[in-house]
Amino acid sequence: MTTRIDRRMAKLKAEGRPALVTYFMSGDPDYDTALSIMKALPKAGADIIEMGMPFSDPMADGPAIQAAGLRALKGGQTLVKTLKMAADFRTGDNETPIVLMGYYNPIYIYGVDRFLKDAIASGIDGLIVVDLPPEMDEELCIPALKAGINFIRLATPTTDDKRLPKVLQNTSGFVYYVSMTGITGSALADTGKVAAAVKRIKGHTDLPVCVGFGVKTAEQARTIGANADGVVVGTAIVNAVANVLGPKGEKTADPAEAVATLVSGLSQGVRSARLAAAE
Amino acid sequence: MDKPATPNSFRTGPDEQGMFGIFGGRFVAETLMPLILDLERHWNEVKNDPDFKAELQNLSTHYAGRPSKLYFAEGLTRHLREVSSAKGLGGGAKVYFKREDLNHTGSHKINNCLGQILLAKRMGKKRIIAETGAGQHGVASATVAARFGFPCVVYMGATDVARQSPNVFRMKLLGAEVRPVTAGHGTLKDAMNEALRDWVTNVEDTYYLIGTAAGPHPYPELVRDFQSVIGSEARAQILEQEGRLPDTIIACVGGGSNAIGMFHPFLDDRQVRIIGIEAGGRGLDGIEHCASMNAGAPGVLHGNRTYLLQNADGQIMDGHSISAGLDYPGVGPEHSWLRDSGRVEYVPILDDEALEAFQLTTRVEGIIPALESAHAIAHAVKIVPAMDKDQIVIVNLSGRGDKDVHTVASMLGMEI
Repeated sequence: MTTRIDRRMAKLKAEGRPALVTYFMSGDPDYDTALSIMKALPKAGADIIEMGMPFSDPMADGPAIQAAGLRALKGGQTLVKTLKMAADFRTGDNETPIVLMGYYNPIYIYGVDRFLKDAIASGIDGLIVVDLPPEMDEELCIPALKAGINFIRLATPTTDDKRLPKVLQNTSGFVYYVSMTGITGSALADTGKVAAAVKRIKGHTDLPVCVGFGVKTAEQARTIGANADGVVVGTAIVNAVANVLGPKGEKTADPAEAVATLVSGLSQGVRSARLAAAE
Repeated sequence: MDKPATPNSFRTGPDEQGMFGIFGGRFVAETLMPLILDLERHWNEVKNDPDFKAELQNLSTHYAGRPSKLYFAEGLTRHLREVSSAKGLGGGAKVYFKREDLNHTGSHKINNCLGQILLAKRMGKKRIIAETGAGQHGVASATVAARFGFPCVVYMGATDVARQSPNVFRMKLLGAEVRPVTAGHGTLKDAMNEALRDWVTNVEDTYYLIGTAAGPHPYPELVRDFQSVIGSEARAQILEQEGRLPDTIIACVGGGSNAIGMFHPFLDDRQVRIIGIEAGGRGLDGIEHCASMNAGAPGVLHGNRTYLLQNADGQIMDGHSISAGLDYPGVGPEHSWLRDSGRVEYVPILDDEALEAFQLTTRVEGIIPALESAHAIAHAVKIVPAMDKDQIVIVNLSGRGDKDVHTVASMLGMEI
């Protein structure tokens, strides 16, 4: 069966440009603001939305996303509310794919079957669960695939050719290539190495390969997008929100507007990426 | 659902997936997966390698001072018999201490660190990272890193840095870099997150020396096996000194490495009652405790499924204990399985009870126990007076309490 992600990726392939995948933290700094940010993303040029599910102990995230998650939790965000936010978004946009990204425990506590049922009802298309490697596929990956939700796996520089088939086996939607070993928000890796890694992964799969971790500017999005099927930006967006929050969390400007400005620029980057490839 | 059938043996876990029943597993980011698979390969190679065993044995004897003594705590036994008589019971079991406090670096932590540093050396790693709560594991890690010439970074919650300053100084003297972690409440859980972030960044050369029998497989198994020397020795020693097995063994449980090391060799001795002591903090009614198996629920954190303190949304709570070493919202996965299978009882001891046991032991035995170990002693104080005089209790005295004197002084309102 095809999903919104499959359809969107096919459309962009036909257009001959990579996808701009944008991550924001649901509930940061509060429900209404986060929903307004989410709505602003596609308007500013985002092709796929990654919705961060806040978790108290985000082991693979850097300081920016850690802080965003804590702001969201402090603002009362829960997995129930994250699913509600997706459903609210869907009332105005039935095309933009939504991928939930986070850690397993809140889903486990919610209950896997109940979660998948509610996620589908809320218009969720894919899941990225950082702490569920292929060795733990029975937990959520297999049930999600059966339910018709894409399970998007991370491949990393430590995933060698021997291991790649295992990582790709139950992956669907797209493959998320983590550009370096490290946490989110670190400096971007050598783009030449990233391009080689994307080529290597493409040797193993027909799925689109999106690259993330470390992409912050339009220029970087353009360079990475020259070889990848998509560019993921997260920390820069979360920082755009943090930058318009005062010391007590009060808004000093409109976070949705700050995010939209950033995403418009990034969008120009990915839209000129194949020109970069031709140069 | 039916309760799982009692297994023929409680000592065969984990399975090939690293599971103890539903607990354990490998819940880590893909970046780390190849590393823990590599660790598992090396671990499987060395665990039955006579050369590796001989090298570890040699260090355990001449460097760490093993075997640790099994000491008949005559002063405490006499005291508890008086308590028993005063209650008109006329009983009081004999209490023995397994003296892990006498090891080099002052706790059981050295057992695991020696084993893992030899593993790191075999794997060709160049750098050691560790997390620490009370600082006992940090000190033991810094010690073996100094001994084997590795640079060492220890992550320690900022709260713990403040309340365990003597250990922080020891680590620095030993050449380790102590990085305070301010996230969360600044305790062991936050230090572990930060150590994992370091590891995921420095995958090429870094060995993560986990201090407790938790984390992704194979850590719970290998830490247990390195710590099982405690129970193996204690079992042989009590047979030699008393000619029979003990009636009850007791150990404190934070992550649970001293406890699993003490318990594992006794698990199939069904006549031995086994009790693990959780930090009851200020009581289980509120949230100021670390009794994950008495007041938590199964969940996934730090690479494994286990009992955790968490809210209805699956967010991990911070917990509280007077003792930094027990101040962790989870527990090793094998303990969770032993709890559910009914083989081991887990009960909470409050801050105040531990503090009383700390003072009592100091007074009647001339031994200053770690606040962690004082939790285990406190439970012995509770149950021993009601036991018979011919019964035997072994308490694992997992560490010495010198590091805690500042905390205890401030609890007692004294200045030092």
